[in-house]
Amino acid sequence: MKAGSHLFRKGGEDMQSEQLQIEKYIEDLKKSKNILLMTHQIIGYPDFATNELAIECFYRHGVDLIELQIPFSDPVADGPLFVKSNQAVLEKGVKVTQCLEFVARMVKKYPVSFLIMTYYNILYQYGVQRFIDKCQQIGVQGTIVPDAPLDEAREYFDYSRQQGLAAVSIATPYSFEQRLQEIASVGSGFIYYVPRKGVTGSKTNFADEVLAGIKSAKNITGATIAVGFGIQGAEDVAKLIGTADIAIIGSKIQRVIESEGLSGLELFMEAIAGVNGEE
Amino acid sequence: MNFNLSQNGYFGQYGGRFVPEILIPAVDELNRVFQEIRHDQDFYRQYYSLLMDFSGRPTPLTYAAGLTEYFGGGRIYIKREDLNHSGAHKINNVLGQGLVMKRLGKTRVIAETGAGQHGVATAIMAAKMGYKATIYMGAEDAERQYANVFWMKQLGAEVVPVTTGTATLKDAINEALRDWAGNFDNTHYVLGTACGPRPFPEMVTFFQSVISKEMKRQIHDLHGKNPDRIYACLGGGSNAMGAFAEFLEDDGVELIAVEAGGKGQASGKHASRIAYGTASVGICQGYKTLFLQDEDGQMLDTWSISAGLDYVGVSPILAHLAETKRVRVLAATDDQVIDAFKLVVSKEGLIPALESTHAFAGLFREVQNTASDDIIVVNMSGRGDKDIFNIGEALRDEGWKSFVQERGRRYAE
Repeated sequence: MKAGSHLFRKGGEDMQSEQLQIEKYIEDLKKSKNILLMTHQIIGYPDFATNELAIECFYRHGVDLIELQIPFSDPVADGPLFVKSNQAVLEKGVKVTQCLEFVARMVKKYPVSFLIMTYYNILYQYGVQRFIDKCQQIGVQGTIVPDAPLDEAREYFDYSRQQGLAAVSIATPYSFEQRLQEIASVGSGFIYYVPRKGVTGSKTNFADEVLAGIKSAKNITGATIAVGFGIQGAEDVAKLIGTADIAIIGSKIQRVIESEGLSGLELFMEAIAGVNGEE
Repeated sequence: MNFNLSQNGYFGQYGGRFVPEILIPAVDELNRVFQEIRHDQDFYRQYYSLLMDFSGRPTPLTYAAGLTEYFGGGRIYIKREDLNHSGAHKINNVLGQGLVMKRLGKTRVIAETGAGQHGVATAIMAAKMGYKATIYMGAEDAERQYANVFWMKQLGAEVVPVTTGTATLKDAINEALRDWAGNFDNTHYVLGTACGPRPFPEMVTFFQSVISKEMKRQIHDLHGKNPDRIYACLGGGSNAMGAFAEFLEDDGVELIAVEAGGKGQASGKHASRIAYGTASVGICQGYKTLFLQDEDGQMLDTWSISAGLDYVGVSPILAHLAETKRVRVLAATDDQVIDAFKLVVSKEGLIPALESTHAFAGLFREVQNTASDDIIVVNMSGRGDKDIFNIGEALRDEGWKSFVQERGRRYAE
């Protein structure tokens, strides 16, 4: 969908029937893969060079989507690990414009779908529409903003869709039917399903009732479901096959890099890629 | 209760509930219960009798004869929130939310604290009502106010020092929100100030407005009319909203909020969002208001002599009332506060908290513009004698310093 499409109607059906580029991309990949993979990096942590090497490693191992987080001083949805790394990047004086330049460079270099994750104040200060325009201009496919609820940030959700970008909404086991339907209709691209209470970084037990919750969200919304928060490795990803469409790995990747370096990441990603029968 | 400012949790352009999706059911459930109790006379009677029996309300309105005579301007009265149990107005809100918790069926309470007053008040409430309590306190604040940490622990609360970010009130709020996101099914978050996601700004104002309700009755009993001016210090905004709420629709009453000017505007070391005009609209900590932030939207470090005013945001209700010119906002510097403190202590025999002293300092700066028949009320939100470690240091008192050194030597042995 092109910017300024006349098909856009505020809150109307037309808006939802338009397929975004990222939605088409995911739909095509679903045909050939057991499960899609999305991996994550905090931009500037530990430094831009490591970010780039990690992204290169993700690309080589067939990662489908890459989520790059612009650091924020008050990341309330993040746990201790990411709180500290957000802060470490800001203490080095890294600015939002540098982060965007880095993302632009990665988008050009790697033919993977890139999303920006950050907090709403970063968009708000940049100008919500200007930020989305910038994302579109540099080829970012969508954004994930955990503190932008559907009913508070309609400008963000509606303008994103209008510009052909995904504004990924978030669902939880505590989102009941009506809320799930809103989450599906206001957000776009896919639904980011958080399978438990709490913040990023701690382990999730993908027990039967958790999988049932994911399935139910999928049945109610009919949307593409990505599951993140607490995925520890290939075994967890394998459990999600047939239930989730996309597995998101965040904190664990940072832990692997911190404890075992990039060679550790290489092995970790090899195991993850094995879930789709790839080396 | 005639005040009903909110449109969907917004006050003009400020407010809202910008929390992660996982917390939406918890904040919405809390809002539902708050909408129930705000018009429930039985609930209010139960609340007020708890305040009377347990916290000593109503608090007096003391005529400040010494200060009035000294300045020769309007008649100055002092609303004595320092006489609450725990020594500050914070208990008003905490006891109210303690009763709300009962309705919610929650058994564990969490809270953030800056100076420690709200943490102590929450620990007192938890001890009295039989709840488990965890208090998040910036590591820097915990160091500045160890006496309050000591009391929270004695009262059975777990105190968690927060080392992330600037290690002050803002970061304690973030940690409390993270805890809540993980434990909302049995845990209630008692936010201590009129900030944060809906319904906290309005709910905290609702409970604190007991201050202005009493004040109105007391001043009418004495003078048969409203005061001309009311001064309150302004950090998050709970005592200011408490002192102003009942007078918002009484146009003749001038409402003045006094922020922490720290080392002055030029120094950049302050916590004045409104008076210095350096804050801008942002979204953080679950709500939209004026924040001290850089051009990227990263929150800035703040400074105040008083931990309780050392906060980067401000109540969305007060941001709106300042924008619509209903409330006038000043800032008092650390030095002005020290001078005002000495004056209040020596002329009135009262010992205000450094937070509350900002309200006095704001008045003293412009008291020459008042007429002798003007009636002025200063909300003394807390007492200062328990902050002796801070105040002794702020006054650079030699006797106090040698006492602490001597004690230190004895403990070292």
